[in-house]
Amino acid sequence: MTLDSLKPGSQCYTKKITAKGKLNQRLIDMGIYPGLQVKVIRNAPLEDPMEIELGGYCLSIRHEEAKFVEVEG
Amino acid sequence: MNKVLMALAGQPNCGKSTVFNTLTGANQHVANYPGVTVDKMYGSYRKNGVKVEVVDLPGTYSLTSYSLEERVSRNFILHDKPDVVVNVMDASNLKRNLYLTFQLLEMEIPVVVNLNMMDVAHRRGVEIDFDCLERLLGAPVVPTTIKKGKGKKNLINTINKVGLSKKKEHGIKIDYGSMEPFLDEIEKMLAGVCETDYPARWLAVKLMEADDEVEKIIRRHSAAGFDAIKARVKQIRRAFEAESDELPERHIAYARYKEADRIAGESVSVKRKEASLLSDKIDRIVCHKIFGPLILVGVVYALYHLSIVEGYKLTNYTWPLLAKIKSLTAAIMPPPGFMTEPMVRSLALWFVDSVNALLNYVPIFFILFALIAILEDTGYMPRMAFLLDRLFKRFGLHGQSTLPMVLGGIYVGGCAVPAIMATKGIPDERARFATTLIIPMLNCLAKIPLYILMINIYFAQHKGLAMMFMATVTIFMALPVAKILSLTILKDKETAPFIMEMPPYHLPTIRGVLGRAVERIWLFLKKIVTIVAAVAIVIFVLMQFPGLTEDRNAHYADETKIAKESFYKKIAGNPYAEYVQGDSIMALILYNERYKKARMGIKNKEKARTVDARFISENENFFKIVKPKKDKQAKKLNRALKKLISARKRILRQIKAEMIDNSFLGKIGRSLEPVTKYAGFNWRVNVALLSSFAAKESSVATLGALYQSDEEGETLEKRMEKTEKDFTPLHALSLLLVMALFPPCIAAVLTIKIQTGSVKWMLFSMFYQMFLGIVVASFVFTVGNLLGLTGLQAMGIFFCMALTFTIIMGLINPRHEYQ
Ligand SMILES: Nc1nc2c(ncn2[C@@H]2O[C@H](COP(=O)(O)OP(=O)(O)OP(=O)(O)O)[C@@H](O)[C@H]2O)c(=O)[nH]1
Ligand SMILES: [Mg+2]
Repeated sequence: MTLDSLKPGSQCYTKKITAKGKLNQRLIDMGIYPGLQVKVIRNAPLEDPMEIELGGYCLSIRHEEAKFVEVEG
Repeated sequence: MNKVLMALAGQPNCGKSTVFNTLTGANQHVANYPGVTVDKMYGSYRKNGVKVEVVDLPGTYSLTSYSLEERVSRNFILHDKPDVVVNVMDASNLKRNLYLTFQLLEMEIPVVVNLNMMDVAHRRGVEIDFDCLERLLGAPVVPTTIKKGKGKKNLINTINKVGLSKKKEHGIKIDYGSMEPFLDEIEKMLAGVCETDYPARWLAVKLMEADDEVEKIIRRHSAAGFDAIKARVKQIRRAFEAESDELPERHIAYARYKEADRIAGESVSVKRKEASLLSDKIDRIVCHKIFGPLILVGVVYALYHLSIVEGYKLTNYTWPLLAKIKSLTAAIMPPPGFMTEPMVRSLALWFVDSVNALLNYVPIFFILFALIAILEDTGYMPRMAFLLDRLFKRFGLHGQSTLPMVLGGIYVGGCAVPAIMATKGIPDERARFATTLIIPMLNCLAKIPLYILMINIYFAQHKGLAMMFMATVTIFMALPVAKILSLTILKDKETAPFIMEMPPYHLPTIRGVLGRAVERIWLFLKKIVTIVAAVAIVIFVLMQFPGLTEDRNAHYADETKIAKESFYKKIAGNPYAEYVQGDSIMALILYNERYKKARMGIKNKEKARTVDARFISENENFFKIVKPKKDKQAKKLNRALKKLISARKRILRQIKAEMIDNSFLGKIGRSLEPVTKYAGFNWRVNVALLSSFAAKESSVATLGALYQSDEEGETLEKRMEKTEKDFTPLHALSLLLVMALFPPCIAAVLTIKIQTGSVKWMLFSMFYQMFLGIVVASFVFTVGNLLGLTGLQAMGIFFCMALTFTIIMGLINPRHEYQ
């Protein structure tokens, strides 16, 4: 399962980052790493991007980017 | 005196600029929006006999070489070798902030850890054991709530202590676990062949991360053996990957987070967990599917209404002040002659006119700047990016194009210079270039005076509608252009991920908001006095020379003589005639002017009498002529004087018109008429547009000077209407459109050169817009004329066309980035 497929309101744990290069670096720098609890807050009015909460702060991320974060229940 | 070089480093939006301002007393741009400071800023302060030079570095989440800001910050720390780096942190988000701290410590520089935003941490129930943290990190920890000045003293003292001690304290060393043997191997390999003054372990970690900047460093220091080193590093990286089934850079980052987790776990206790309840509640409405966009439109509309509409009303109160400045200038300059005006006098009055035309808009700007400051402080800007990213992306832009575009005047009122500078915060190169190139097409403040002028004259019945048109049509021209650019010339530029932090909302402070508004007004004024003043003088020269031919001068001298002779013939034998011989006649004319002005608008009898008394005591005889009352002879002379005055005015006007006609500027403007006639512009308009090359503000100032008037205090609106009898709203529309699209002012163009680092892009941005402006205006004017459209009809049709084009361009699918 990947992060982009989650509906607003759902929660999960990050499992793996599968991106390369810049996107990989950016995902990590913004505080995404395996084993983190993530909550999907909402989608933007035009569906993209989505807002997620992780450990006390919120990020806005595009679906096409969230696709590179594998998550589990 | 002891000197300390100090750098402020930290993640975006943690308060670095606030710390900078508090320490140095400067007024740096602060906003609740990540990525506001995009270049380093310098300042300094003295404390206890130590001079501390402070450098505010751009906020970075990390110190890799992927983005410009990260490179700026990293290179400063590496090459300028600050005596101390203050790592500003958001105390309520310690864990994530530590990720950067480790990277700073790894560079083996003296670090002071500044836990800022302690108030927020307290509010969220985050409690930190400072001593424990200090021990674990091996670096001094100073808590502050710098916005309220709390902890400032402690911070200053610690900076002095660490900065002066000059001894390198290494702090903790991250354990990279299974990667350690590999790092050792790289370190050993480098030891013999590559001598640098960078920490060996840091180099090894960076090489493991495949950082290209560090590879360059290695190349520089090991000219011969570089290829061998590179190949070996690649091997080691691969060996590690095979062993641990993970990319080395990911392993490194995870190790840092693990360490951050450990340290935070030992030194932080969270009483209540929950990000920020209030912010979350607000966001439920502000980012709502329906309310969100509505609020967005409302916010931008309020921005426009309060500043442009309400602010314009304020100018009714400020204009008289400016008129006073002009009359004071006129009073201290040498008086005019009968047929000629001393050069200094014309120059001074011209200068005041040019500057006044702009100063008149200061109230509007002030309100606008204050409102933008409020938006920035509250944290609404990232929400705008969130709401608009999908839309902007369709046009090759980026959610973070929002800030630059609002600064540039996405709706109305902005300035291209700060806007282009803010594009630096856009991580996506392609979107950054596209944004940079379309910003000059937005409604910068300097275009507004011309909009208002034209709308007040030619769309007086539909002011609101016309202004709304200008405010919105520019974006429908800019967006498709952005898309076209990003699909063509920009298509090979790099793109970057969007991922952005959504900070909790803050209440703006009055001091912060007003301070920023004043600061920006000040910047704008500085720009006026420098650029516009310089342009005013150049234009003055271009307009005064070569001047009239001797023939024509003689012709006007003759006319003057005739007028005077007829005057003296009429008053022959009049008892007052003796007072108006020779030079006195000019004195009388000026006396008359001054008296009229002094009495203007005075209704109170008492006051009128005081004015009269003043003029009587100045010259009793003149007073009798100017105000003859029942004295028949005086009345007769007064009538003759009036004739003479109107004859003089006529002559002066003719001279001036002929002079401009003949001038260099007039010639240039006229020589462009064959091209601009399709857009409906005559030479006067051409001249105004030419003058806007240096600064757009100049266009109205130039028009103001070109449309001279005999009557004192007449508004430019009236003067222009009087002179351009066959100008129609269609002409006005075409002028409005050209103004919207015209090349950026010199300052904006230079900023583009600085930001893109290339003259080529600067020239490109100038010429494509000039071309676009003329083409669009000619199209609208020529077609509008052929179809016999009114200005308003043409406006409506053009708007629909722009909108349709925008939608079509938006539907062309953008490329997917990560496939
Ligand atoms: N509550 C609180 N807010 C603060 C404090 N210090 C700064 N702020 C606010 O935090 C926001 C960000 O401050 P800046 O100084 O612009 O942050 P920065 O680190 O320079 O940000 P960038 O330039 O974007 O990297 C502003 O709205 C400040 O008013 C503090 O101690 N407490
Ligand atoms: Mg800053």
